[in-house]
Amino acid sequence: MADQERFVDDAMEHMPSLYTAAMRMTRNSSDAEDLVQETYLKAFRAYGGFEEGTNLKAWLYRILTNTFINTYRAKKRRPEETDVEDVEDLYLYHRLVGYGGSSIGRSAEEEVLSRFTDEAVKAAIESLPESFRMTVLLADVEGFSYKEIAEIMDVPVGTVMSRLHRGRGALQKALHDFGLERGLVEAKPL
Amino acid sequence: MTEEGRTGPPSGEWGVVDCEESIHSLYHYLDGELTEERRRELQTHLDHCAPCVAKYEFEAELRRVIADRCKDHVPDELRRRVANAIDHERLKSQS
Repeated sequence: MADQERFVDDAMEHMPSLYTAAMRMTRNSSDAEDLVQETYLKAFRAYGGFEEGTNLKAWLYRILTNTFINTYRAKKRRPEETDVEDVEDLYLYHRLVGYGGSSIGRSAEEEVLSRFTDEAVKAAIESLPESFRMTVLLADVEGFSYKEIAEIMDVPVGTVMSRLHRGRGALQKALHDFGLERGLVEAKPL
Repeated sequence: MTEEGRTGPPSGEWGVVDCEESIHSLYHYLDGELTEERRRELQTHLDHCAPCVAKYEFEAELRRVIADRCKDHVPDELRRRVANAIDHERLKSQS
């Protein structure tokens, strides 16, 4: 059992990553701040039941995810899109570096990817339906394992894997679309 | 393994993993979700297959870019708000 007195010392260091997730999920700073505050308050109240030595960050994410679903999703006027279109594997690779059957080389690859600004990456992530967005954030930004993500989101590991596969594909397409629209990358013949 | 297998085409077919399988396992590899045995099999393929390595490196780099570029700075005001809310809650539970 964890000591509530130690909550601040233990939990506050995770705020930057929780705030980033809250920003991507709510898409605005005012709701993101409320979501993070709510998450910390709930976590503080429940901290006595947190088993020390287990993954505190994953536990905080679980509270954040549940709070988001119960509070913020309910506020939405539009029903949430629940699926993404299927995108071929290596969507960006084929369009940015591997077109015409050849590759442009390592440093040129890094240069192409560096053109994707913070704004482009954030917009692409935020374009994903919620369940895909959260799964991709937990894996690609926070580095949680499939099993941890399954526990945080309360879904089977197979669902995590399928959302990751399809969510990553959709994210690559969204990045490419955004890049074309803003002139960050050029359309290449496949 | 047959002689033909060892001297297979430059695009792949090395060891027990071919290019199609290698690309299929790409994200499980980057996610660290393969068994040690599977990882070794895949590594053998990658040791001989430059086109697959290029794809692995691209996806790994893309992932770094995504992780680096989607972060937000926590407003100082939020840190204060959360600290105050917890203090308030603590006082409430003590009274």
